[in-house]
Amino acid sequence: MTDHPEANHDILLKMRDIRIDGYSDEQWHPIIKGVDLTLRRGEIMGLIGESGAGKSTLGKAAMGYTQPGCKLTGGSIMFDGIDLAKAKDREKRQLWGTRIAYVAQSAAASFNPAHRLIDQTVEAATRRGIRPDAESRADAVELFRALQLPDPETIGNRYPHQVSGGQLQRVMTAMAMSPRPDLIIFDEPTTALDVTTQVEVLASMRKIVEEFNTAAIYITHDLAVVAQMADFIQVLRYGEEVEEAPTRQMLTKPEEPYTKSLWSVRALEKPEVKGDDIVLSIDNIDAAYGPLKVLHDVSIKLPRGRTVAVVGESGSGKSTTARVMTGLLPPLSGTVTFNGEVLPAALKDRSKDQLQRIQMIYQMADTAMNPRQTVEEIIGRPLEFYLGLKGKEREERILELLDMIELDESFMDRLPSELSGGQKQRICIARALAARPDIIICDEVTSALDQIVQEGILQLLLRLQKKYNITYLFITHDIATVKAISDEIVVMFEGKVVEQGLKSEILSPPFPDYTKLLLSSVPEMDPDWLTNLLENRDI
Amino acid sequence: MSEQPETYTAAAEVGAVRKRRTGFERFVMLMKSAPPSAWFGMIVVTLYILVAIFADVLAPYGEAEIHPVPFAPWGGDFVFGTDQIGRDVLTRLIYGARNTMGIALATTFLSFLIGGGLGLVAAINRSWLDQALSRFVDVLMAIPSLIFALMLLSIFGSTITSLIMIIAVLDSTRVFRLTRSVAVNVAVMDYVEAARLRGEGLGWIMRREILPNIMPPLVAEFGLRFCFVFLTIAALSFLGVGIQPPTADWGSMVRANASLIQFAKYDITAAITPLLPAAAIALLTVAVNFIVDWFLQKTSGLRE
Repeated sequence: MTDHPEANHDILLKMRDIRIDGYSDEQWHPIIKGVDLTLRRGEIMGLIGESGAGKSTLGKAAMGYTQPGCKLTGGSIMFDGIDLAKAKDREKRQLWGTRIAYVAQSAAASFNPAHRLIDQTVEAATRRGIRPDAESRADAVELFRALQLPDPETIGNRYPHQVSGGQLQRVMTAMAMSPRPDLIIFDEPTTALDVTTQVEVLASMRKIVEEFNTAAIYITHDLAVVAQMADFIQVLRYGEEVEEAPTRQMLTKPEEPYTKSLWSVRALEKPEVKGDDIVLSIDNIDAAYGPLKVLHDVSIKLPRGRTVAVVGESGSGKSTTARVMTGLLPPLSGTVTFNGEVLPAALKDRSKDQLQRIQMIYQMADTAMNPRQTVEEIIGRPLEFYLGLKGKEREERILELLDMIELDESFMDRLPSELSGGQKQRICIARALAARPDIIICDEVTSALDQIVQEGILQLLLRLQKKYNITYLFITHDIATVKAISDEIVVMFEGKVVEQGLKSEILSPPFPDYTKLLLSSVPEMDPDWLTNLLENRDI
Repeated sequence: MSEQPETYTAAAEVGAVRKRRTGFERFVMLMKSAPPSAWFGMIVVTLYILVAIFADVLAPYGEAEIHPVPFAPWGGDFVFGTDQIGRDVLTRLIYGARNTMGIALATTFLSFLIGGGLGLVAAINRSWLDQALSRFVDVLMAIPSLIFALMLLSIFGSTITSLIMIIAVLDSTRVFRLTRSVAVNVAVMDYVEAARLRGEGLGWIMRREILPNIMPPLVAEFGLRFCFVFLTIAALSFLGVGIQPPTADWGSMVRANASLIQFAKYDITAAITPLLPAAAIALLTVAVNFIVDWFLQKTSGLRE
């Protein structure tokens, strides 16, 4: 590892030769294989790597914590003179929440839905007697203000479900900050947010960490994000350190080939092809959930064998548009036309053949597959349902499909829980392909995946499109993905189509206001990007 | 540095590639991983089932055979003595296994069939049907179940069939509520939506998509319900509308010989006699719940 320049600075955390084993398939496997990590006060260390690299495990180990099913088998974790690897649970509990805080990936899942935000924010500081409750509450309001939450005085009185995901993530940061910890561990805090929100959350997190001179470990798979936050970057792979360097040096001169490959992923770009043969179109669609109207006069055309990307932040009606196309949500008015014939509005009125032609792939492959069904059952069902394949024929076709998605026979009787995120998404693709569809609707299919895995999935989709002339409707909020896969782009905002056209037209000026905001919010691999952006934008 | 390949392959994302296993191999692996408590449970339940099946062979006397000596002491011709009208207690215990377990099992299955089935339909449908079913269940639950059962039994008569049907229907209200509440959470998952998009019917979605995912709470409830049915039958027998004599049943045996317990200071074995059927129920309950616990531990995926 590289030596830090200011070697005598006050060292807060020193992890040496950390080894962690995880239990699976009835034996112990090494997850972390001897990693070192040094963090000084006020420094931010970025930990990056693909999923399974052990970055979250290492991040948690920095608190002296291992998840159930994992155990620390070697190494020392010196936190301000205390060896957390040997410390008793009681001693560690004294540190957790007060001197070491943890900000989890999914804020929505980490808050207790039954308590008000302010009560949860001040809990650690008050209960550990750091300061009186009233002071904590006043301090929390100041933190909310510093984190640029709306209505800092009153937002704490709300319940978790009454604020947005981005706001909740910031409240969680306030909660971590409340007892003024020495170290905060951010575990992918912005992965679940869309780009325009991500910028705001990143900006406020960075501001507050700098303000209180808190040391932080920032875990993410998004290089552009880590470039904005971290002073140093450490790259992990297969539980081992690949490379560590100051951010600027790492971005400009990565040494290891693996690091270079991480850096080059975002370069994927598909040349656009114009298409005139319209396979599916929706015209003048208005749709609502109960009294809430979410789509206003939306019209989109899908040319055969092309990819139309629908972009926009969450709540802009992207997924609702997909639900109207599939028939899950019958529209109030407007029509869905497929191959020249108008499709029935409701799912139950559509014929089996019509259903077969339009398939869907979901964002969360975890919840899109029944956890109790094996890969064979998942892929095999559409085969027997639509095509009536049985026995040997069915099995052969499953193997063919597995081959198409670059997996082999050994996956046949695995359950979804035995697959990685990318593999799960591949199985979902195979399930959609099994029906021999004309159109596949991809709802944020890559947003939950690491960049290397994302690239693999995108290339697979492109290859399949070329081979079978499939049309994709690709819903996403990530502009890099749009560049990689689309021919045409539809920009949506508040249930309306803002812009629609070929990729080259949409991605070149002049931009309407919203498109401009969206494009400028995509993090770039430049450590000064966020700073410059904020100066120009004043959020 | 690492020795893993530097290029990306999808198949290598998750650890060691595993060979395919047959159903039998998986069954053997499952059995090998069973903890001692589960083994105990399985052995006890198997023994009970064997006793129930071979009651005719195992029992020394006939089910309703009356001997001249009532309240005979332990030992001699009668291992556990005789009851108040001179029937062999061991024989009654053996036949009781068949009757009580048979009825309790049939009742529990039936109540899960009714309650579970309707609960699933309500959870998937979520329209007026859900409302109608749920409110009807509320009405049924509002009436004290023992009194309700008593009333229904006096209307339909105390036959074994009506006993099973009535307890099953009354018990199914609780199963309905549980099934509905857990199934509602599963019914909103993407894979259920994917199945609906595929055009699958209600039956498939119920059986293949939702049911396997709500099994753990249902199985836990099954273990409990099964035991509660014993108590209900015993209570009804006590009130004279349960299993009718001369059919042997553990619940009524406890009740019939309960007075013997006051003779504990003279003859300890006499006092134990009424406790034997109670112990039989208790042991079965413990055994069933050991198996249920093991199943829950397996399916919840928790380790350590």
